[in-house]
Parts: sequence; C-alpha cells; structure tokens
Amino acid sequence: MSQATNKTKLFSKTALTYLLLVILSILCIFPFVILIVNATRFHSEIQKGFSLAIGSAFGDNWTKLLNDKNIPVVRALLNSVFVSTCASVLTVYFSSMTAYGIYMYKFKIRDAASNFIMLVMMVPAQVSTLGFIRLIQQMGLMDSFIPLIIPAIAAPVVFFFLLQYMRSILPYEIVEAARIDGSNEFYTFNRIVVPILSPAIAVQAIFAFVANWNNFFLPLLILNSKEKRTIPIIIAQLRSADYLKFDMGQVYMMICLAIVPLLIIYLFLSRFIIRGVTMGSVKG
Amino acid sequence: MRKILVALLALTVATGTVGLFAAPKATDGGKVLTIYVWNDEFQTRFKDYFEKAGLVPKDVTVNWVVTPNQDNAYQNKLDEALLNQDKASPNDKIDIFLVEADYALKYVNTDASLDVIKDVGLTQADLSQQFQYTKDIMTDKNGVLKGVSWQGCPAGFIYRRSIAKEVLGTDDPAKVQAQIDTWDKFDAVAAKLKAKGYFAVSGYDDDFRVFTDNAKLSWVDKNGKIQIDPNINKWIDQTKTYTDKGYNNKASLWSAESSAGAGPTGKVFGYFGPGWFIDFCLAGWSKADPKGPDAVGNGTYGDWAFTKGPEGFSWGGTWLVAAAGTDNISLVKSVFKKMTVDQDTLTAIAKDKGDFTNNIAVINKLAKDPKFGNKFLGGQNYYGLLVNSAKAISRKNITSYDQGFTEELQKAFKDYFDGKVTKDQAWDNFYTAILEKYPNLKK
Amino acid sequence: MSRPIAAKKRKTVEYSRWGYFFIAPFFIIYTIFSLVPLISTFYNSFFENYRVGLSQVGPTFVGIQNFISVFTESKIYIYAWNTVLLWVLNFIPQIAVSLLLAVLFTSSSMNIKGQQFFKTVIYMPNLIMASAFSMLFFALFSDGGPVNSIVMSAGLATDPIRFLSSVGWTRTLICIMNFMMWFGNTTILLMAGIMGIDTSLFEAARIDGAGTGKVFFRITMPLLKPIFVFVFITSLIGGLQMFDVPQILTNGSGNPDRTSMTLIMFLNKHLASRNYGMGGAVSVLIFFVTGALSLVAYRATMRGYRDSGAAN
Repeated sequence: MSQATNKTKLFSKTALTYLLLVILSILCIFPFVILIVNATRFHSEIQKGFSLAIGSAFGDNWTKLLNDKNIPVVRALLNSVFVSTCASVLTVYFSSMTAYGIYMYKFKIRDAASNFIMLVMMVPAQVSTLGFIRLIQQMGLMDSFIPLIIPAIAAPVVFFFLLQYMRSILPYEIVEAARIDGSNEFYTFNRIVVPILSPAIAVQAIFAFVANWNNFFLPLLILNSKEKRTIPIIIAQLRSADYLKFDMGQVYMMICLAIVPLLIIYLFLSRFIIRGVTMGSVKG
Repeated sequence: MRKILVALLALTVATGTVGLFAAPKATDGGKVLTIYVWNDEFQTRFKDYFEKAGLVPKDVTVNWVVTPNQDNAYQNKLDEALLNQDKASPNDKIDIFLVEADYALKYVNTDASLDVIKDVGLTQADLSQQFQYTKDIMTDKNGVLKGVSWQGCPAGFIYRRSIAKEVLGTDDPAKVQAQIDTWDKFDAVAAKLKAKGYFAVSGYDDDFRVFTDNAKLSWVDKNGKIQIDPNINKWIDQTKTYTDKGYNNKASLWSAESSAGAGPTGKVFGYFGPGWFIDFCLAGWSKADPKGPDAVGNGTYGDWAFTKGPEGFSWGGTWLVAAAGTDNISLVKSVFKKMTVDQDTLTAIAKDKGDFTNNIAVINKLAKDPKFGNKFLGGQNYYGLLVNSAKAISRKNITSYDQGFTEELQKAFKDYFDGKVTKDQAWDNFYTAILEKYPNLKK
Repeated sequence: MSRPIAAKKRKTVEYSRWGYFFIAPFFIIYTIFSLVPLISTFYNSFFENYRVGLSQVGPTFVGIQNFISVFTESKIYIYAWNTVLLWVLNFIPQIAVSLLLAVLFTSSSMNIKGQQFFKTVIYMPNLIMASAFSMLFFALFSDGGPVNSIVMSAGLATDPIRFLSSVGWTRTLICIMNFMMWFGNTTILLMAGIMGIDTSLFEAARIDGAGTGKVFFRITMPLLKPIFVFVFITSLIGGLQMFDVPQILTNGSGNPDRTSMTLIMFLNKHLASRNYGMGGAVSVLIFFVTGALSLVAYRATMRGYRDSGAAN
C-alpha cells in the first residue's frame, strides 16, 4: 500500500517536474520563434498583428537590410568577428601565461600579485572608463579597434578559471622533465603546457568570444564611424528611431543576424560549452 | 598661490584637449571632395543634378562620410573631424558638411564654418531668391552667412481626404482649412473625429514643432539660463487634454505606432509636417504594398491633402556648410551654386523629388503651374499655400541647444501624458536631463 | 661542497625569475589600460571639465564641487536603488528556480530524461547579445507588437497593454530578460555543485529515513554554500553593472520617470556628453559602493571555500 502511494507521489513529482521544464523551455524558446517568424514577414504584415505563419519576406527583408546604407550589417558583422576573435585569442593566451607564471614559479611577489588580480576582478570595469577614454583620446586611438583588443590581454576572470584548472590538472613534474630535456621556459609553456590546457582554453575562448561579441558599453563610447561599428551598436541605432522609413521586417531581420549565428554555433557545441561552465571552477 | 599652482598643474597634466577651435586656411585643388552627411537625401540629389551634369572634375573623387544621427553619433564624428582638420591629410579634410536647424548654430557661431559670401564666393544676387529664414538661421552674431540650403521647410497639416469627407463633409483644402484655422476650432474638430472613431493626431509629439516654432523666447538666453516660452506650456496642456479625451493614439513620434496611423488600417486624421515629411515619411507609411506603385489605391496613398492648419511653422531642413580648411574651395562654390542657386536645378528637384526648393521665383512659378501636382496629395499643388508662410517664418528664437531641448522635453513629458508622473515631476526630470546634456546651462 | 649547492640555488632563483616574465604582459597592460585610467578618473573628478559645442570648458580645479553636485542635485540614490532593486527582483526568482531545477535534475529517484535537451535550451539565452535581446523585447512588447496582438485576440484586454509606459512592467521585463539570460548558467553551476557532493551522504540520510526536504536543507544546502556564494557574488557584481538591457529597452532614458535608470546608465550619460568632471565623480562613487560590496562578498566566498574545502 505504501509502495503504491510512493509510486503515485513519485509519478506526480515527476510529472510536475516535466511540466515545469516544459514551461521554462517554452519561455526560453518563444521569443526566438516570434523573432524568426517576424523576420520572414513584411512590415505591413507585422503591423497587422501577430501570427505564427511564416511569411515570404525573408529574402526581401534580407536584401533590404543588406542594402540599407545606413545600417552596414555586413561590415558590422565582419568588425564584430574581427574584434571578438582577436580579443579572445589574446585573452586566453595571456591569461594562461599569467596563470602559469603564478602557478609554476615561486617568486617574491607571487602571492601579492595573485591577490591583486583577484581584487581587480571585484572592480567593475566601468569605473575606469572615463580615464580610459581620455587616455585613448590622448593616444589618438579613438574610433579604432585597438582599445577594444589590446586591453583584453589583462582578463582577471579568465586568469582565475585557468589557474583553478591548472591546479587540478597540471603536475609540476612535466615542466621539470622538460627542463631536464633542455627546453627553455617559454618553449615549455607554448609546446607542452598550452596543449594540456587546451580544453579549458577552448571553452574560455568561446566565452571570451561571446562576451566580446556582445560587448556594448565600451564600443559605444569609442567607435563612431560607420565602417567601424560592431553589431551591438547597430542594434542601438535601430532603437533610437530615425525618420527614415521604419521597417519592422528589417528590424527583426537585424536582430536575427545579431543572435542567430551565435545560436547555431552554440547548438553544435552545446555539450562542450555547458561542460565548460563548470570546468575548473568546481570539482565534477 | 597654491590654487594657482594646482590650476597650472591641472592645465598641463590633465591632458591636452583643444581649447577654442582654431580656423585653418581654405585652399584649392584638392583631389578628394569629402562631404559629411547623416543620410542619403543630399547624396541622391547631388548624384542626379550635379554629377549627372558632369560638374565634378575628372581627377576628383567624391567621398561621402555617412554617420547616422542616432545618439548624436553624426555630430560626435563631425566634431572630432573638425577639431582635427589642421592635422588631417589633404584627402581626409572635410570640405562640406551638412547640418540641421536644430543644432546649426553650434557650427555657425564658430570658425569651423566658412563665410558663404567672402570665402566661398556666392554673391548677394545669387542669394536674393532664397527664403529669408533659411539665411537667418545660418547667420552668425556678426551677420555673416555661414550656410545655404536647397530646400525650404514651411509646414502645415496633411490630412486624410476620406476621413475629412466623412467627418467634416468635405475634403477640399480651403474648406477644411476654414474649419481648423485656429486651435479652438481644431479642438472642436478633434472632438468630432473622436465621435466617429478617428484620432486627430497620432500621438504626443505631432504638433510640438508648431508651438515651439511660434514661440517668442528662445530655449536659452544670452547668459545660459533656460527659458520656457508660454507656447511650450500650451503644447503640454493641449496634449494632455487630447490624451485624456482620446483624441490621439498615445504614440511617440517616429514609433511604429505613430507611422501605422497613416497606413491602410490607420485611424489618424492627419500629421503636421513640411514637404519632406510627405516624401520621406508619409508616402512610405501609407502604402499597403511597399513594393507596389506610388498610386491611389495602394493603401492610403493619394488619399491625402495639405492645408496650413491652425498656425504656420517650419520644421527641419538641411543646410550645406563649407568647412574651414577645405582644400577644394572652388568646387565647393560650384556645388553651392548649382544646388542652391541655379533655378533650373531647383525646379527639377521640386518636380522630381517634391522638395519645396529654396527659391522664391521657382516656387511662385510652380505654384501657378496647373500641371504640377503631388501624387500623394491626390494631385494637389500645395506650393501656393506655403509661399507666404515661407516668407513669414522667423527663426529668431533658434539656439544651438534646440535639438537637445526637443528630445528631452518630449521624453520627460511622455511620462506625464501617460499619467505616470505629475507635471512638476516631469519638469524636474526634464531639467535633470537637460543639465546632464548641457552642463553649462543654468535653471 | 659549497659549489654544487650554490649552483642549485642559482638555478632555482633563475627559474623563479621567469615568473616575472610570465606575468609581465598582464600587469603592463593592466597598468596602462586600467590602473592609470582609474587614477585618472579619480583625478578628473576634482575638476570641472566638459565640452560645449566645439569648445572646451575647463579643466578647472573645483575640489569636491562635483561630488557635492552628485549628492545634492542628481538623483544618484534613486539610480542606486533602481540598480539594486532590479538585481534583487531578478536574483531571487533565479536562485529559487535554479536550485529547484538543479535538485530535480540530479534527483536519483526521478531520473529526468532529456536532460541534455533541457540544459541546452535553458542555457541558450545566456549567449544572446543583451542589446539584441532587449531590442527584441522592445519590439515584442511595444504597443502595437505581437504580445499585445496575442493578448487582445485572446480577449484578455480590449486596449493594448502599454508595457513600456508602465513602471512595474518595464522593470518586470528587465528582470525577466536577466532571469532568462542567467538562470541556465546558475542551474548548471548548482548541478555541478550537487553532483560533487559525496553520494554516500545522501544514502546515509535516506537510510536514516530523512525525507527530501530534510535532505535538501540539512545536507545539500550547506555543502552547496561555496557555489552558492560564488553565484551570489558574480550575480551581484554583474547586477551592479547592469547597462545593456535597460539602456536599449528604454532608449537610454530609464523611463518611465527614470525608474529603470541604473548607476551605469547614469554614468554613461555623463560620459556621452564628455563631462569628465561629473563623470569622474560618479565613477568614484560607484567604485566605492561596488568595491565595498564586492570585498564583503569576496571575504565571504573565501571563507566559504576554506571552510568546506571544496576549492582546490
């Protein structure tokens, strides 16, 4: 008798769980469904109201968006890709280098340096933006990609993740063996250590890429010429209206372009990415 | 003493940003004509009437630097370029830049803009046919003209013929005008429209410009103190009344809701605006099939007419300014002459693009031309209605802060119209925002 | 006898010096692009310095005048309140749902199928560009948008619900967006934390007859503390820096009535008008507030890590 009630209890618990999961999944997917559907409809159709039916305007909205000279989508995509790739490569490489330095070598200021970096992590980047902008202006680097890429070398959070990972997976012996074999420290780092760290590096590179791709605050303040804009700035452009013809089809298509490429990459790499969320930060 | 030392230290250490703008010399013979714009309006006209006429020298390329207006991006880029004009390479030097009335003074009152007569070389005779207000706006405090335009923007009320017929019994512009030529009469018509399920205007900001343009006080006085003309309060009160009585659709200007009011399912009676509002905005908004023809039957296209409305006003306009330090001075003069003085060009622009071109003689001729009508307005030739308005416009109240004031006032009072804040709170928010934008002003 | 030792000592010293080389790039770049600007920001806050049109006002030394303006004339305490409120309203549902999901996913008795699918779906919004997501919500919830369309055709309302003109709805939308973007991440972290708990503890508890509730509160939660604190800190730091979502949703105004203007949005207004004096003062204040909170939270994590021994 108690087994039966237990079974029903379990059943209802499970059913409720699935219900919750389904609701949450719908919540997560629904906006994207509307997004994609509306990107395929004409502005006039969209104004008429909501419908789940896929329209025929995909090609049309696509061409209009690409031809709109005020919204340089292709250019922005290329810019975003360029900046994000460069920045994420620099971030992961130098973060691993810094983490390696702290991990492997016992030097005088080692602990102080490590604590300093942890402290840095706590400071929100935006408070130094003002001074950063003035510096960039003085250097004559406004409206260039350099201020968005070079500072990526100092990335405290990525450093922290890689340090944790190293602590759990990199034995000192490997480096000592390499020394005996005669390789110099840089060589050891590049040829032996980095490959060992590659799963974590790959994951952190993806996260860094995504963070840079989505970066809005700083590029908004630094970039202003049409050719240099990245995707988030274009989105902001859409939001503050201009009295040119307002075409909602184009708007949805633009948002699609900002979101869908990353989504597709994500869907292919989802297992890897999700595993990477916890890699090194927590055991298991 | 310490204060002086600190101040000196500040000056040297606290980075070298430019003090006042220093005017570089204008030269000639450059190989690249660089024009700063924010959309393609002038670009298309330039291509169709200047380039097609073969007026660009063979060894010169035209470089269009387009930066959209949003978030002040256009002005930011323009400012940085102007401040660097001295150090820029010849091909990068700005030659011409465009400005709107709302912020024109910012450039007119500096040495960044060239004297149209003395430096660029146009004559008083050339400029004689231009509407006076288009010249007043671009005249600096020493009486020097700094920019010219190819278009005038006298504005009125553009209404739906079919709705007028249904509610007022007529769609004839003169008769409709008789029913709305004062604000009280307009209010009465709004009530009638509401009874039949229509909106008088699309939203909150539609008639803002009508009130601000006719204001006597400028937004800011000589000492940097903010002034609020009684007309502004009139606009606030009227809009609040209209909102509460349901005479408008609670939309903000340029929103999708506002433009939908002009479309095939739209219920808005009319919009306030000048010629470019018809061509650039309403035409697109009215069509049911965006790829379809510009003809009656495609949505509400062709079902509109133009009349003066309760008050005449002007809105917008684009001026050409020659940049100090340009290296193409004679080409710049040629552009100015062809695009803002030459009557044949201005006639062609009026006929092809529907612009109310900046030439009294041309407009007068077109106003009398029976064959000249605007398709969107069902064939109406409305130029005659506007000539006198255009001549009477006075923009003496213009300041270089107008753009910011317009934006912030509309933003702040949207909350009041929505019923989210009291009037006092809205004013409070407005002052906060405006002082953030222009820290040098005083309440 | 002394030579080999001396040689060995030299070697260790030599190697340890490499440490400096390896960490040099980080510190050089950080000093140039973050430390110097930070000091410069502090420095600038004592000057009146902004642009009017094409000309420059200042820099003139004004002492703490900027700070006084910030406290008396600006409404920075409102923006601080907005920021904290928006974070709390997002974090509480988020942590509740994430904990629930994490427990449900790892429950051995229920054995939920399709975990990979669900995990993929709930993590997906994390990768979305906040500004694009915000733009999407703006389009969806605008007066004439699809959501109103659905609501009206379903007969739930006769007039469109003006979401973006309502204080409550605007804030709710911001919280929903933040929730959607982060709850997947939080769930996965918590799941990993739970899976790191020794299963023998659970078994022992079950043998002792403890029900799910007791197990959760007496075993899971305490052992989850380090992860919990980690999530709390990162969420708090992120929440204090909230910018993208409200900026795009309200077009920089934080309306209605500036009720959704966050600290960073306020800072951005000064930066955009190149007001280095006021911008500096605001930055300094934000620095101290967030720094203090972060330090407190940091100490708590480190203690949590050390106590539970879960860190390595």
